[in-house]
Amino acid sequence: TLPFNSHLLLFLTSFLAAASSSFFMSCSRFLGSVGTIIIKCKDLRIIQLDIPGMEECLNIASSIEALSTLDSVTLMYPFFYRPMFEIVEDGWSAFLPEKEFEVLSSVTDEWRLSYINKDFSICPSYPPVVIVPRSIDDETLQKVAVYRHGGRFPVLSYYHKKNGMVMMRSSQPLTGTNGRRCKEDEKLVNATLRPGKRGYIIDTRSLNAAQQARAKGGGFEQEVYYPQWRRIHRCIERFNILQESLIKLVEACNDQSHNMDRWLSKLEASNWMTYIKEILTAACLAAQCIDREGASVLVHGTEGTDSTLQVTSLAQIILDPDCRTIQGFESLLVREWLQAGHPFQQRCAQSAYSNSKQKFEAPVFLLFLDCVWQILHQFPCSFEFNEHFLVTLFEHAYASQFGTFLGNNENERSKLKLQQKTMSLWSWVNQPEELKNFQNPLFEANSLVIWPSVAPQSLQLWEGVFLRWNRPSRFLDEAEEEMRRIIDYNRFLLDKVNSMRKQIMQTETEDGMDRMQEVDSAANV
Amino acid sequence: MWALQSKGKNSWIEERKQLGRALSHKQCHVQYNHHLEFSRGCQRLTNHRPRQLARLQRSVLPAYPSERVEYTQLVENVKLLDRYTNRRAASGTLYLTATHLIYVDASAEVRKETWILHHHIATVEKLPLTTAGCPLLIHCKNFHVAHFVIGQERDCHEVYTSLLKLSQPVKPEELYAFSYNPKMSKDNREIGWKLIDLKVDYQRMGIPNDYWEITDLNKDYEVCSTYPPEIVVPRAASKATVIGSSRFRSRGRIPVLSYLYKENNAAICRCSQPLSGFSARCLEDEQMLQAIREANPGSPFMYVVDTRPKLNAMANRAAGKGYENEDNYDNIRFKFIGIENIHVMRNSLQKLLEVCETKSPSMSDFLTGLENSGWLRHIKAVMDASVFLAKAVKDEKASVLVHCSDGWDRTAQVCSLASLLLDPFYRTFKGFMVLIEKEWIAMGHKFSHRCGHLDGDPKEVSPVFTQFIECVWQLMQQFPCTFEFNEHFLLEIHDHVYSCQFGNFLGTCHKEREDLKIFEKTHSLWPFLLQKKQELRNPLYRGFTAYKELQPNTLPFSFQFWCGMYNRFDKGMHPKQCVLDHLLSCMNQKIKLEDNASELENKLPFLDGPLPSEACYLSKVGCAASKTSMLNTPQDYQGEPPAVLSNGISVGDANVTSDVEQKNKENLANRRDLHRNDSVDVLNSEAKDGKPQHH
Repeated sequence: TLPFNSHLLLFLTSFLAAASSSFFMSCSRFLGSVGTIIIKCKDLRIIQLDIPGMEECLNIASSIEALSTLDSVTLMYPFFYRPMFEIVEDGWSAFLPEKEFEVLSSVTDEWRLSYINKDFSICPSYPPVVIVPRSIDDETLQKVAVYRHGGRFPVLSYYHKKNGMVMMRSSQPLTGTNGRRCKEDEKLVNATLRPGKRGYIIDTRSLNAAQQARAKGGGFEQEVYYPQWRRIHRCIERFNILQESLIKLVEACNDQSHNMDRWLSKLEASNWMTYIKEILTAACLAAQCIDREGASVLVHGTEGTDSTLQVTSLAQIILDPDCRTIQGFESLLVREWLQAGHPFQQRCAQSAYSNSKQKFEAPVFLLFLDCVWQILHQFPCSFEFNEHFLVTLFEHAYASQFGTFLGNNENERSKLKLQQKTMSLWSWVNQPEELKNFQNPLFEANSLVIWPSVAPQSLQLWEGVFLRWNRPSRFLDEAEEEMRRIIDYNRFLLDKVNSMRKQIMQTETEDGMDRMQEVDSAANV
Repeated sequence: MWALQSKGKNSWIEERKQLGRALSHKQCHVQYNHHLEFSRGCQRLTNHRPRQLARLQRSVLPAYPSERVEYTQLVENVKLLDRYTNRRAASGTLYLTATHLIYVDASAEVRKETWILHHHIATVEKLPLTTAGCPLLIHCKNFHVAHFVIGQERDCHEVYTSLLKLSQPVKPEELYAFSYNPKMSKDNREIGWKLIDLKVDYQRMGIPNDYWEITDLNKDYEVCSTYPPEIVVPRAASKATVIGSSRFRSRGRIPVLSYLYKENNAAICRCSQPLSGFSARCLEDEQMLQAIREANPGSPFMYVVDTRPKLNAMANRAAGKGYENEDNYDNIRFKFIGIENIHVMRNSLQKLLEVCETKSPSMSDFLTGLENSGWLRHIKAVMDASVFLAKAVKDEKASVLVHCSDGWDRTAQVCSLASLLLDPFYRTFKGFMVLIEKEWIAMGHKFSHRCGHLDGDPKEVSPVFTQFIECVWQLMQQFPCTFEFNEHFLLEIHDHVYSCQFGNFLGTCHKEREDLKIFEKTHSLWPFLLQKKQELRNPLYRGFTAYKELQPNTLPFSFQFWCGMYNRFDKGMHPKQCVLDHLLSCMNQKIKLEDNASELENKLPFLDGPLPSEACYLSKVGCAASKTSMLNTPQDYQGEPPAVLSNGISVGDANVTSDVEQKNKENLANRRDLHRNDSVDVLNSEAKDGKPQHH
């Protein structure tokens, strides 16, 4: 019945606000007259509700079931959420491509904004505005788009200010079995090279997989047509395999009956850590090509919406200190994930407890966050944000009161009118009082490139996500608190010392002035 | 080879200068110059980053000041291979002194030295000849692995035989501790030995009291040759009971008190297995256990915990040993906790180290290897047993008697860890020293055999103490604010258990140490460690009273692989910025700032009240120590040699130059800033990015 449902909705809403995650796989069992609902949340938490009264319990269960499997996006929480805070800065307009381009154009004039996709007709998964080489006109782009999977022609992903090298990303070229070529594509790709320089194409598939893709009309750049480019294949797994991996890992983490051997073998069998290592390695390789080899890089896999984005965004975190700040990281997410068309709605629909096989479900974004955490773990002083920030992003990517991660690309988002109808996550995160919680007390701006270790010994299970609900964190939280206290106290002291010093200097100069005046007046007399 | 008798030796730097001078006679001017530069470099570094230097000394130069450089063997053109990267091998000179093997990298711009203490060497292997030369592989007991390639086969063989001899002394007198002389007065040395007094610890527990007494029954080692002269037994146990019980316990190791939990009088006691065979019993032993149980009037029963797997214990019965029959003892609850024996542990560690040494393993290789080694399973077993003990004492208020076979390996592990869980004192510097002295050294853990100090039976070697240290580290991971000391303290102790530089860990028991005249002829480790307290402390420690008993989570995922121990010398694998170092430098900075503040306050007597904050200024506060040059060194991201990136340009070359450039820039920037405004910049060291900031 309707009143009951709305009541439940209220209950759910308050729950949501508290847990900031919507649930939503449930199963129920009955013992006597008390019904038990087990709710498995997308943030990996498992909640058990004991509800007296069989009928009540069944009702609630079916309501939860219904509410957790909404048919339409527009019925989801962000469309009903009314913020309880005042918006200082609207997150929807915080990271506009034009603004980002201004920064770039102050360093180089080799690039331009193209509005070719303004009505999403060239590439449905690209944003309206993209950055391309200045020497390439829109007509050429149009031809290239036809040659690339899903119309995702090569666009600028990152400009390395230190040496002017760039990272481009795209989807696979549609060479097919007969090795079709596209002169415009070659022209576009070569336009990113400096005279006499070579570049690297990092294909995120194994050579085998790339060759097999030809049978389906896809393929890879052939050496003959791209003589200045060297192709490297790194094997990053694709979505359904990643989803299976997540399910296995979470299962292993939740089963507390394991002995040590069983735990380690399940951890190994989940392959999660293997994927972390693969993705990080590919990202490091891309960064190495740019920074050490002084070469430009083009990254793509098949569609260019998953592993490609993992590699390009992680490489930027390694190379670009700006991406390690809170604002910079948000901007990176907007550019390289949201605008670049990572299909969040498809990938982050169910999380680890999905019982039905979801075709498009995959923890691509979670893997990326995990990799960032691994780098953060190895460079604890180089990031402005803390682990909590990454965990929060993970939660919001799967379930949120904000509209930021709704839809699969900018095209869908504009159709849903998210900007008008929902609140941006960034509007909330970037309030000073919220930001406090996400700041890393150890942070000191570090302008260097940071090279993480990818040795298995250096990579760890991300406890903050996977063991979060399985063990108390009191002692670790206290350590965090203590650390913050130590650093804050030092800052306070330094502050005090400096201002006292300044005051002394001031009084000294004032004294000096007084004396000067005395001397002056004496001279006048 | 030649002999060098050096006279005045004040510090290790001085001594090494002399070594350098001696080398220069042998046309080693280059090295000598480098050497001087290095010490100058030290000075410069100390101005900025004392923490980092300290780290450097500890890791690259585990500089144990040796007493005499008696003879030196020198081999030139030696390469030191890096195990994990494909970077070009370093090339340099190998020196053999009486105590150390020293490798000086001549190819590096900055002088780089690798010191290996002979006592730390576990194995030396000559590998098959390669085109580059004759490889010499050295495995150390502190998990350092050095892979040298020596140009001449003959040289290699000479080094090999020398090292074999030097690393396996036959007589105890040859151990480093007997020649180590830190130029300390006799009085100070003796005071050092008195630093840890076990009687004080028993007093702390309230002993002697109505139930327990300290007895000197064993003063002539007649009760038990491997126990100390003074032991703590129930007051109710008569001399006859003690002696009688000792006849029924393997090697006379009778039940004695290990720890008394003052709150409820429950005690942890330890002994060896009873000589029960299939049916033997001993009235005195039964009386002994009864006395222990009755010393805790709050509980009607006591636990007897056999830390061995049941099968092992049963097998022992055939040899006339075994375990307590519950029917013969009143009100005991008998329990097996299956911790494996020393041989299983030795093999497990061996497998673990093989995994750690694998060149570029896949994640799967590593995790499978970790699992197959069983190492973490054993660590968990030790921890589980200790948690059981602590819970029995604290929650069930019952006394526990623990034994294994001889009661000096597993029993020591479990008793000491349980004490650590129950009593915050043992989590302080002093307390941890007491704990090791009490449960390990005094109670006769056979360090000499388990660590292979002397040439002996390799089957007696086992990483029992290493496991204990690791368990403590695992606890530190779960309870970061509860220990006064940090990871380096554990590593330091672990190093010295093998180094034989100090007398504490020599021999197998108290009697043997007396016979060796340890207390007259050698130094104690503890004062030496206390001197380094500043760098060994835990900045997050919340003090003695903040936490009482610890209840660790022992689910499998709570145990981590300890990279800092088993891959300790593979710096590339460690976090590139160390939170601990950062916080330690904050602590040092704090002292300076407080001094500064009070000084300035005196100058400004009229000033009071809060001061204006300067947010933008604050955001730049930091500590230099967290930055290391490693920051700017990419690893090998390709499994195979740099095939992918080798387009005619060697990646390695590019790395080296830019690293050095970066370092130079950093130094320059640091120095420039320092000159400009000493006082502020030492505190506000923001200029280490190679980009001096102006304020």
